[in-house]
Amino acid sequence: MVSDLNNVVRADDAARSGGLRIVFRDLGIGFGGYQAVSGINLEIEDSEFVCLLGPSGCGKSTLLMALAGFVAPNRGSIRLGDSEVTGPNPECGVVFQGTEALFDWLTVRRNVAFGPRMRGVPRARQREIVDEFLGLVGLRHTADHFPNQLSGGMRQRVQLARVLANQPRVVLMDEPFGALDAQTREVMQGELDRIWQTHRSTVVFVTHDIDEAILLADRVVVMSAGPEARIKSSYRVELPRPRQEDSAAFTDLRRRLRQDIGDEVRASLRVQGADIEGAAA
Amino acid sequence: MTDMARSTVSLAPSRTRPRGGGHVILRAAAPTVLTVLLGLGVWELVAWWYGPALAATPAQTLRAGVDLARDGTLGDAVLASVRRILLGWGLGVVVGAPIGILMARVATIRRLLDPYIEFFRFVPPIAFVTLTIVWFGIGETSKIVLIFYTSVFIVTINTIAGVLAIDESKLRAAVSLGANRWQVLHAVVLPATVPHIVTGARLAMGNSFLTIVSAEIVAADNGIGALIWQSRNYGRVDWIFLGIIVLGVLGFTCDRLIRIVAGRLLRRYGVKV
Repeated sequence: MVSDLNNVVRADDAARSGGLRIVFRDLGIGFGGYQAVSGINLEIEDSEFVCLLGPSGCGKSTLLMALAGFVAPNRGSIRLGDSEVTGPNPECGVVFQGTEALFDWLTVRRNVAFGPRMRGVPRARQREIVDEFLGLVGLRHTADHFPNQLSGGMRQRVQLARVLANQPRVVLMDEPFGALDAQTREVMQGELDRIWQTHRSTVVFVTHDIDEAILLADRVVVMSAGPEARIKSSYRVELPRPRQEDSAAFTDLRRRLRQDIGDEVRASLRVQGADIEGAAA
Repeated sequence: MTDMARSTVSLAPSRTRPRGGGHVILRAAAPTVLTVLLGLGVWELVAWWYGPALAATPAQTLRAGVDLARDGTLGDAVLASVRRILLGWGLGVVVGAPIGILMARVATIRRLLDPYIEFFRFVPPIAFVTLTIVWFGIGETSKIVLIFYTSVFIVTINTIAGVLAIDESKLRAAVSLGANRWQVLHAVVLPATVPHIVTGARLAMGNSFLTIVSAEIVAADNGIGALIWQSRNYGRVDWIFLGIIVLGVLGFTCDRLIRIVAGRLLRRYGVKV
């Protein structure tokens, strides 16, 4: 019994030692006759924070879902550490955009304990894990509430705590703050930055918000408009954290990214049939 | 000016607030009481118009109720019918819900069972009355089987709809948190489907009442259906009326009970009643 407990603790400690390296090789994802993304070649370093930036509908979420193992690619491969992605994997936690991903019938505590409970972690240890990660996102006082009793921002914190409590080595985030109001979003970005610096895992974060990307990422990867979306460019962000949005380097990078992505947004609108030439005139 | 405004404001709530709690209940119940009284009035009028050979008045029905309650016939009939309904319906829910979940989640099971569900749900239980008696005898089993039959498909179909309505991200979250197939079924799919299962159970209860009468008419010497049918032989229109009223009241009571129990016990699963 005691040795079992030790094993669990040791396994947890091992999981915490950094993230995993991710390698996309000539990846393509398509549905029926529609090729959403193709020719994706990208390497993400162990414990790197990468933001995928692109116009809406460019396939960045699709790419993330393929990495999570929910969508099978029709070309190329994705490697996570030493193994190829063939399906969902607890090493790879996902924070979804919508809070429908939470289990409404479970309290916040039981939501966060879900991963450890599924792998049969002893109850007492589950409690410790939950307390630790609810503390990390500042929600210990709501442990016995149900998700629908919380605000949108708090629910996203619960999602984050639930993913982190499973101690994944890679965290995927699909526009997690997209549905929040501007003030809450700003606070959440700061929190995520702080949390990531203490729990270094590899993070792939999908967003269409340029400032958010610069604020959080080690590297911002820009995708071109779909169909057959590709990786267009990549920017290393070498600003000290926490980053100041009004610093000269920040504004400069924002301007370059805006220009870069603006072309793609226009291209994407054209694909969707918008007459932007006419609108501009 | 300001003082006046303030005093009006402070007066306003006290004016609209009723003095006692009883008033609130009375006011809320008023339309119900009114419409029931109106219905009784129309019934009285119609019964009087057609005469005692064709219809019983509310008063005659009430008298029949008192008589049959005194000699125990009514109590026995109610107990017999309720017992059959609860057993058959309960079995229908307990079997229908897991079948629905499995059909919605496992493609092979869906393909295997779908033709049967789609076939039998259009064959009304009354078509099986004779067969069930031949197969199961005139005892309790045949009636319970019929109630089960009338409940199970509706619960299954509602459960399938519930499973298909689960947000994809919930299922994906569970899997990426390490839940295996079985854990996803009982830790996510089942709890997320509870509101639909309850809806299916309520509809199935309605169906059970429709079926119990036909089952008891053909093969039973007790129960509400039997009471209604045997009253014909005695020419007791008032007993038939009584049976009909009792069925309606019983059905209403059963539905209320489901709603109260489900609302209390299953509230955290999002059951709204």
